[in-house]
Amino acid sequence: MHRFANPKRFMDLSRALLPWTAGISVVLIAAGLYLALFVSPTDYQQGQSVRMMYVHVPSAWMSLFCYTFMAVAAAVALIWKHPLADLAAKSAAPIGTCFTFLALVTGSLWGKPMWGAWWVWDARLTSVLILFFLYLGYMALINAFDDPTRGFRAASILVLVGFINVPIIKFSVEWWHTLHQPASVIKMGGPAIHPSMLAPLLLMAVGYTTYFLWVLMVRMRTEILAGKIRAARLRQVRAPVKG
Amino acid sequence: MERFIRLVGRDLRLAQRHGFDSLLVVVFFVIAVVLFPFGVGPEPNILARIAAGIIWVAALLASMLSLERLLQADFDDGSLELLVLSPVTLEIIVLAKVIAHWLTTGLPLIVAAPLLAVLLNMNAEGFGVLVLALFLGTPTLSLIGAVGAGLILGSRRGGVLLSLLVLPLYIPVLIFGVGAVDAAIGGFAFKAQIMILGGLFLGTLALCPWATAAAIRQALE
Amino acid sequence: MDRFTGSDLLCIRGERMVFTGLDFEVAAGGALILVGPNGSGKSSLLRLMARLLKPAAGAMAWNGEDVSDDPDAHNARLHYVGHMDAVKPVLSVAENVRFWAGLRPNGAADPQAATARALETFGISHLADIPGRFLSAGQRRRVNLARIIASPAPLWLLDEPTTALDKEAIASLEGAITRHQRGGGMVVLATHAAIEAHAPSVLDLGDFEMAEAV
Repeated sequence: MHRFANPKRFMDLSRALLPWTAGISVVLIAAGLYLALFVSPTDYQQGQSVRMMYVHVPSAWMSLFCYTFMAVAAAVALIWKHPLADLAAKSAAPIGTCFTFLALVTGSLWGKPMWGAWWVWDARLTSVLILFFLYLGYMALINAFDDPTRGFRAASILVLVGFINVPIIKFSVEWWHTLHQPASVIKMGGPAIHPSMLAPLLLMAVGYTTYFLWVLMVRMRTEILAGKIRAARLRQVRAPVKG
Repeated sequence: MERFIRLVGRDLRLAQRHGFDSLLVVVFFVIAVVLFPFGVGPEPNILARIAAGIIWVAALLASMLSLERLLQADFDDGSLELLVLSPVTLEIIVLAKVIAHWLTTGLPLIVAAPLLAVLLNMNAEGFGVLVLALFLGTPTLSLIGAVGAGLILGSRRGGVLLSLLVLPLYIPVLIFGVGAVDAAIGGFAFKAQIMILGGLFLGTLALCPWATAAAIRQALE
Repeated sequence: MDRFTGSDLLCIRGERMVFTGLDFEVAAGGALILVGPNGSGKSSLLRLMARLLKPAAGAMAWNGEDVSDDPDAHNARLHYVGHMDAVKPVLSVAENVRFWAGLRPNGAADPQAATARALETFGISHLADIPGRFLSAGQRRRVNLARIIASPAPLWLLDEPTTALDKEAIASLEGAITRHQRGGGMVVLATHAAIEAHAPSVLDLGDFEMAEAV
């Protein structure tokens, strides 16, 4: 049936792609880290701590990227009832949560030397924090049902509602921030970014993205196999009825 | 329209027969606000400075607490199934339930808010705006909350889960609700904040019944 | 003459295929009795007919028109009795019945009288002013059944309607079903108990189980 036809093709495709995504992400992230930590210049104001940016900024990008990915997957799942889309959204959530968490932690570490405090209610950081809560809500909801398909549908609706809200939250947090702290202490990146800084930044971003694809496929494959086990169990339950 | 009124009337009658359990929400609201002076100290200046924020945060929590019952009782006894099967469009039914919910929980909060503002020594300029902002904000909270209430139907842990789903989505209302009151107290224009609150209300009015109906349908499958 | 048909229905619950390739047909005045072992999908088929569940494949039609084209119209022509009785503990029996009747467009001209008649059919007129919380399981079931009589609808979908009913109430139900059929109504019934209906046809859900998966 349609439930099993598509996963079959996905399993074949992902098996072929796995080593490539894994290899590319390792190489890109290694190269990006090397450039970031040893080659790129220090900031005249921030000194060495500017290197935190190469981890922080791509993580923040990825946190939004993953959520967008989940929203698209959820829409596909709700409209076309594509079983793989549900799995994709579910599998992307923990990865996105980790990136968001990474962005928060590095933001906080970066903030200590810059602002003199581990946490400052900066507009960007606050938005990322709220996004982190949205991720947690999604994962809590998808796991709150005994019937996994129930969790899928409920969580899909939630992620779409959340996705519509993300720009509104972002806007309100920025408004709130300018109200309470008119002068921004730090501007990330600055207007013109030097190529020696841009290169590692982009390398890291692409490396993160391939890493995301890699882990996503691993997780989806696991989910499909777990589904097969559940199906086998169900057949056992049904066997006596068949007589 | 007659059936719409009948739906609202039913929920109101149910609330009334339950002895207005929903008024407990107001009691919670009052107690939550009264806790703050114990936490931050009784200095009138400090309390006046944070009064709007306290009242809004407490209103947010109170409104959220009452949400779990919005759909759960009807889900448990099979009424929700029959409501979905009635010839009235489900989005309309949701809207009727949200209105009844707001009348029994949101409205009492608005009535209690000025009294609490007095307790917190809030500047008198803010009173009118506080009530106005709550009038626009609390229906928005009920609408957003309805989506959450629909999503948790049949889940293993309802209430805690609901707060995790709904509170992050409440943040914009909180920001502009407090913003309007603070602006009025500071003597600034607050029209923009009120307009945004109105915009948020209209946006949720368009989106949330639809999302809640989708959540209910999938919960019954 | 009204006809309610379904063709090639496939039902998936959770991740389990319940039945596949199922066809049914009910005509005005007809009765369809669903039989089959536990888990064969009797309740699922009734929920499918009510569109509480969506079929994974196949379609249902009312007089040849797909029922998903106008869901509200489909809702208006059906009454569904499920496992739960939807009786509000704080509303009186009459209030419970009247509320559901009042939501329907083709309600009787005099809802008060229709409710009274419905209560009488199931012998619960004396309970009209009693709040739902005092009722026994069988009495709650009677209230639920009175609900479907209080407002007319051509299609009755009854899932184990005799649960908790005593002999006398089952007889009243059989009488109500026969009258409903005579008036051109149709009944789809899932039951384990023997229940009399006029000229019933039987659908054995066991015949439509998925061939053992490979």
